[in-house]
Amino acid sequence: MSVDAQTVRRIAHLARIAVSEEDVAPLQGELNAILAFVEQLGAVDVSGVEPMTSVTPMRMKKREDVVTEGGRATDIVANAPETEDHYFLVPKVVE
Amino acid sequence: MNAPVNPKKLIKGGLHDWEVVIGMEIHAQVTSRSKLFSGASTAFGAEPNDNVSLVDAAMPGMLPVINTECVAQAVRTGLGLKAKINLRSVFDRKNYFYPDLPQGYQISQYKDPIVGEGEVLVDLPDGESITVGIERLHLEQDAGKSLHDQAPNQSFVDLNRSGVALMEIVSRPDLRSSEEAKAYVTKLRTILRYLGTCDGDMEKGNLRADVNVSVRKPGDPLGTRCEIKNVNSIRFIGQAIETEARRQIAIIEDGGTISQETRLFDPGKGETRSMRSKEEAHDYRYFPDPDLLPLEFDQAYVDGLAAGLPELPDAKKARFVADFGLSAYDAGVLVAERASADFYEAVAKGRDGKVAANWVINELFGRLNKEGLGIDQSPVSADQLGSIIDLIGEGTISGKIAKDLFEIVWTEGGDPRAVVEIRGMKQVTDTGAIETAVDEIIAKNPDKVAQAKEKPTLLGWFVGQTMKATGGKANPAAVNALLKAKLGIE
Repeated sequence: MSVDAQTVRRIAHLARIAVSEEDVAPLQGELNAILAFVEQLGAVDVSGVEPMTSVTPMRMKKREDVVTEGGRATDIVANAPETEDHYFLVPKVVE
Repeated sequence: MNAPVNPKKLIKGGLHDWEVVIGMEIHAQVTSRSKLFSGASTAFGAEPNDNVSLVDAAMPGMLPVINTECVAQAVRTGLGLKAKINLRSVFDRKNYFYPDLPQGYQISQYKDPIVGEGEVLVDLPDGESITVGIERLHLEQDAGKSLHDQAPNQSFVDLNRSGVALMEIVSRPDLRSSEEAKAYVTKLRTILRYLGTCDGDMEKGNLRADVNVSVRKPGDPLGTRCEIKNVNSIRFIGQAIETEARRQIAIIEDGGTISQETRLFDPGKGETRSMRSKEEAHDYRYFPDPDLLPLEFDQAYVDGLAAGLPELPDAKKARFVADFGLSAYDAGVLVAERASADFYEAVAKGRDGKVAANWVINELFGRLNKEGLGIDQSPVSADQLGSIIDLIGEGTISGKIAKDLFEIVWTEGGDPRAVVEIRGMKQVTDTGAIETAVDEIIAKNPDKVAQAKEKPTLLGWFVGQTMKATGGKANPAAVNALLKAKLGIE
C-alpha cells in the first residue's frame, strides 16, 4: 500500500493541517515508508487469533447514571480565544 | 425490499409512474440523568455550557467512562424492536471537524453495534399493516449546539448537549410512501415512549430523522439516493419526502441523473437543497476508540432487562381487542400513547369495554383535541368518566343527558352522581309523568296520529316531541313502549 501526492493533500486537509506544496513530496515519502514498515506485520499468520483489545484481562469500566459534574461554565470556556455569556465564539459556520 | 408494488403508492410522473423508496436513520436521545461518557447532566434548557464536564469539552487527558443506564436503555429499545442484542459491541471514533464537536470525533459504533436486526409493525391509516426491517441500533454521542443568529460574523457554541447519549436506529429501505414513513416514525416514537428510553420530544430535537430517498420505475433496481438531514417533525418528514421524490423524478425524466448527496429540507420554501459542505466530510476514517474497551455483558443481563419491560403497544392492542371486544382501529387509537391506554383501562375496568372506548375516544379525546390538551391534562378523570358511564348503564340518565353531564363535569368538575342529583338530571322512568306528556302531544296532533297508523316511521317524530317536552329526561325505552301502545303501532 502506498499513497500518492493527492492522497497526502487530502489527508492533510481532513486533519486540518496546512501543508505547503513543497512539503507534499517529502511527506509522501515519509508516509510510504511508515506504511511499508507496518506492512511487514502482514507476514505474521494471525488466522484464528482473537484481536487483542487490551494487554491485561480488563473489563470496560462503567459508571452509574448519576450527575456528578457541571456548573463550571467559566472554567469550560476559560481557554477559548473569544467568549460571550459563557458561549464559545467561533467564526460563522452556517449551512 | 422487493415486496409487491402497490399501485396506489406510486407517484405519477410526466412519462410514467414512479416508486419512491425510503429508509430512515432516527436519532433518539436516550432518557438518562447523565451523559453517555460523563457525569454531566442531560437536563434541557440549562445556562450555556453549564451541563458540561471536562470530558464533554474534550480537555486533554480526560477519559470517557460509560453510563450503565444508557447501555440498559439501548438494550431495552433493542428488545422492544424484537432485535438481536449483541453481547459484545465496540465503540469507534467517527472523525470530522465542526465547531460544536470539540473532540474532533464523535464516539459512535460502526462495525459492531449494540443491537442488530429487528423489526417494527406499522399500522397505516387505511387499516393495512407493514413490517419495517430494522438494520441496527447503535449508541453514540450527540454534538453541541451552534447558534448562528446572535452575531453577524460569529457562531455561538454551547456544549450542553455534547456527549448526551443518542440511539441511532437505522431502518431498511422498506418504506414506499411518505404516509408509510410518517406512520413508521409515529410507531417508533410510540414504542420508545412506552419503553421510557426516549421521550420522543421532536420540538426539543430529542427525536430527529435523516431520510434516505430514491425513486425507481417499479421492478427496477434501487435508484441513487439522497439523504435529507435532520428533519425534526413528522409532518416535515412527509413533506420532505414528497418534495425530494418529485425533484428526483423531474431530473430523471429530463434525461438527467441523480448524484448521491446530503440535502437539507427547507419547510419555509418547500424545497430541499444540497449541503455541499457535507460532501467531503464523508470520509470519517472510523477506527476503534482506544480509550474504550469493548462493551460486553451476558445473556442473563439481557434477560433481566427483558423481564422488566412494560407491555408494548402491539401486545396491548391485541389484548384490548381480545378482552374488551374493541375494533383494531379503536384499540390502535387507544394504545398510541401509554397514558391514553392507562386512562382507558381505568375507565373500562368492571364496565363495558366498547362503551368505555366510545366515551374515551369520541367524547374525551375529541374534546381534548379541540382544546389542545394532553390526556394527562384532562379535566375529567377516569373515575368521573366511569361514573357517567355507570349512570347511563343503570338507567339513571339517558345517553343524551350524559353528554350534558360530561360537559358540566368538564367545566365545573364534581362527582357526576351528585351533579345528577342536585341538578335534577335523572331520567324520568315514572310512566305516569311520561304518559301525561305523551297524551298531551297526541291530543295536539290528531293529523299526525292518523298518519302514524299508515306510516309507522312517524313514531320517531313523536319520540322526539316527547323527549323535548320532558327536557330529554324521559327514559327512551319507556317513551317508545308507551307511544307504540297509544298510537297502535306494532
